[in-house]
Amino acid sequence: MTALLLLTLLLPVAGALAAVGLHRRSDVAGRVAAVVASAGAFVASVALYWHRDGSGWVSTGQQRTGAPIAPWHQIDVSWASGLELRFHIGIDGISYPLVVLTTLLTLLCCVYTLWTVPEGPRGSLLAALLLTIEVGILGVFLALNLVLFFVFFETVLLPMYAVIAAWGGPARRAAARKFVLYTLFGSVLLLVGVFLVVAATGTAELTELTAGGPSRFAGTLGHGTQVAAFVLLALAFAVKSPLWPLHTWLPDAHTEAPTVGSVILAGVLLKMGTYGLLRVAVGVLPYGARQLAPALGVLAVAAILVGGLVCLAQTELKRLIAYSSVGHMGFVLLGIATLTTTGFQAALIGNVAHGVITGLLFFLAGAIKDRTHTGDLRQLGGLRERMPYLSGLLGYAAIASLGLPGLAGFWGEAFAVVAALRRGGPLWTILAVFAALGGALAAAYFLRLLRHVTHGPASPAGAGMACPPLARAELASWAPLVLLALAVGLVPALVLGVAHDPVQALGEVVLR
Amino acid sequence: MRLDHVALLPAYCAAGTAVLAFLADLLLPGRSRPVLAVTGLGAVATAVAAVLVGRGATRSTFCAGQVGCSYVADHTGALVAALFAALTLAVVGLSVAATPQLPAGEYCFLLACAMTGGVVLGYARDLISLIVALETLTLPLYLLVGLRRRSVSGAEGAVTFFVVSVVSAAIALLGAALLYAVTGAVHFSAVAAALAAHPDARALPLTGAAVVLLLAGLSFKVAAVPFHAWAPAAYDGAPVPVAAYLSTASKLGGVIAIVSVTARALGPSLDVAGPALALLAALTMTVGNLAALRQSRMVRLLAWSSIAQAGYILAPLGALALARGRSADALSTAVAAVLGYTFFYVILEVGAFASVVALRGAFDGGQIADYRGAARRAPMVTAAFVFSLVGLAGLPPGLAGLFAKVVVVRSLLSGGSAWLAVVVALNAVVGLAYYVRVAAVLLTPGANPGGAVRAVRQWPVLAALGAATLVAVVVGFAPQWVLDAVR
Repeated sequence: MTALLLLTLLLPVAGALAAVGLHRRSDVAGRVAAVVASAGAFVASVALYWHRDGSGWVSTGQQRTGAPIAPWHQIDVSWASGLELRFHIGIDGISYPLVVLTTLLTLLCCVYTLWTVPEGPRGSLLAALLLTIEVGILGVFLALNLVLFFVFFETVLLPMYAVIAAWGGPARRAAARKFVLYTLFGSVLLLVGVFLVVAATGTAELTELTAGGPSRFAGTLGHGTQVAAFVLLALAFAVKSPLWPLHTWLPDAHTEAPTVGSVILAGVLLKMGTYGLLRVAVGVLPYGARQLAPALGVLAVAAILVGGLVCLAQTELKRLIAYSSVGHMGFVLLGIATLTTTGFQAALIGNVAHGVITGLLFFLAGAIKDRTHTGDLRQLGGLRERMPYLSGLLGYAAIASLGLPGLAGFWGEAFAVVAALRRGGPLWTILAVFAALGGALAAAYFLRLLRHVTHGPASPAGAGMACPPLARAELASWAPLVLLALAVGLVPALVLGVAHDPVQALGEVVLR
Repeated sequence: MRLDHVALLPAYCAAGTAVLAFLADLLLPGRSRPVLAVTGLGAVATAVAAVLVGRGATRSTFCAGQVGCSYVADHTGALVAALFAALTLAVVGLSVAATPQLPAGEYCFLLACAMTGGVVLGYARDLISLIVALETLTLPLYLLVGLRRRSVSGAEGAVTFFVVSVVSAAIALLGAALLYAVTGAVHFSAVAAALAAHPDARALPLTGAAVVLLLAGLSFKVAAVPFHAWAPAAYDGAPVPVAAYLSTASKLGGVIAIVSVTARALGPSLDVAGPALALLAALTMTVGNLAALRQSRMVRLLAWSSIAQAGYILAPLGALALARGRSADALSTAVAAVLGYTFFYVILEVGAFASVVALRGAFDGGQIADYRGAARRAPMVTAAFVFSLVGLAGLPPGLAGLFAKVVVVRSLLSGGSAWLAVVVALNAVVGLAYYVRVAAVLLTPGANPGGAVRAVRQWPVLAALGAATLVAVVVGFAPQWVLDAVR
């Protein structure tokens, strides 16, 4: 089974190399190779579920060990002992949904690229970069060694820069530069934070560092160090997530990025931040987390409100979705900040739901912009009459995103508010109230979006435009997301079931 | 006194190379290839000799009874000597593009002389040998910078380099002399022993002045702020292979000298040396990066970036500013980090300069804008160039550069200097801003406004570039080899 783990990580590498190797001879062959490789990685990642320790849907053998990280499968090879770097990867219930989400979205993007290549260099190069990004993201989710985690965290930067800078919109250069410098700022802080922990404890193994019980690092990882390291790590992950007020790179990057870039960026790249916060910052530094949780909660709620208010005034389609991401990720961060198991579960399902729904929204926004050549809400309008299917899908995705019960977006936001209420105390109650208010804002701006784009009067500017029907590529790459948004909404146990035990164990460690 | 000629073998090989290069030019006048070939072979022989001697037990010679030896051929010295020889070999490869216009005999002779200084530097164990070796390394470089006839910028660069260098050599000598006045010794071990035995001598203002002067004088060679202003002019005026040598071998020389003096002689006085080095490192990386942001000429940008890199190189020694960073353990960690970073850096820097030579020829690095469309004309060379730049920025896929940054930050944090680690980290962000700008220009399709210069196709240039890139890739995946070698 460890072979599958390795395959999940190596197939995209092979696919990227093949796509680059083929891009001069045959662009199509390169893109096909990318699709094949990403499909292989998807199958391998799904198959990781079986043959793990313990059986059954809920029990995963965690109860035996009680450790927050008890990987189903793992590979542990020494890489550079002088840097405490081990190639230690593994998968458990917290990382599994995100890994599958990553391989799925990359596969869908590669399929989309098979038919639709944005203006720029050859499509097979784009596919190769998408696969490289996939390797980095998967590595982050799989890494069980802090230094390895950092290496993979940085791997994503330049390929994403290249995707935005080479295939993006008119202001792509500036947006790409902003993205890469901002996020590098985050990851260098991660570097300092990681080695602050490593220097204090002498190990970089996440399984050891997060182990609960009377910690053997109690003496070495003092309270001052914990707080300092948590501040550094939280800043690093806050840039990536992004948390208000460190989010300003996101709208620009999303607006300029090509459709597939936006999908990957919103769908999984942001999850590196929230996953890191949960697994590394909270898991390794529970004391620091307890000290700074209120601050994190306040910022998260601020992000929800700011995101919502900005969306209400937003006139550009992709920018609106980008700002709505800031709000949704605010809910995820609020869930983590409560430091309760309910909150952690809300964060996990919120992550997956946001990945699925916002991925779909960006696909749809890209399709609309491709057809009408504008993203301006005032110039769109009457889409329902010209493209009924597309506007129907947009309505579905928007309603899922605003958190209608029965669709995926509901669980994460509702549980985050519940977790904050259960945490008790005036501060958390107020935060819960404001977060709920933010949820209402989401409904307001998405309905405004729908009123403008689908139900509004047909705009004179768009009236004469050709509107080709939905292509096969589009249907193929959207259908899984549409179904998943419904499935996760109806059966949240799809995500929460596998994550139940590790989340319980993490909650115990944090609240001890 | 009996001389151990085996220990001296690498130095003999290096000096012999210089003589052979001269003879080859004499016997085959007007033909540059044989001279270059002889010099390259000499560099290979020097590297082989250094490795062979280094594999055996430590040998010492020029010993003065109880006081200590001036020349110790140990493992680290062998590594340094081999590295100097390898860098010389790479620069000889790049020089193939330059020798039609430059006198090959003189050029190779000077290069081999510089190599001799570098080889001896790693083995030197007293202040006088050290400074003499360092000057032997530097002196030929003044001439190499200005060797191109009728080149105003070359002459300017050479004169700037010469003046600053002479002043700094004088400062270093003054520091060494004051140190001798305080301790009565020149051998590193004897200086350290004297400083350790006399706390009252350590407290003298004179000792502090001596330490600071010595380090300041040596920091000129690594182009550390405030002794950096010569570098952009000298790099840009010099033939590009010579600039490559300046930014790698000459910098390596300065690093070895500073590390040697700090770790071996000034151990007891680290409370003075530490803060000085920390300040030097922080200033150097910040000034270098900020200035590099504004450069429009390729070689000048690389020059400023190499100044910033010197700051990262010196940073681990800044951990010595704190008492916790001054234990023997922390000192050896810091020294290993400095050498490790230097190794990763010189490999990537050779790659970058070799790419400039391959794309633009040996004399004019040109404007950065002139590199537009490079990816279309020379995809492999451009890929190697981008790889080197990304490595210098410290990001994947340039894993060598990433691990170099990790080594520095790790050693700083284990020495307790979190503030300097944060400074290093933030500087890495500033650094990326200009590295990514250059990389983007290289990959942008489009007409080349300064398209007169044709890409170089000579195999030694491409071999040097290929070898540097290959080594960078390999040590990127196996950083432990480097860490083991420098320990």
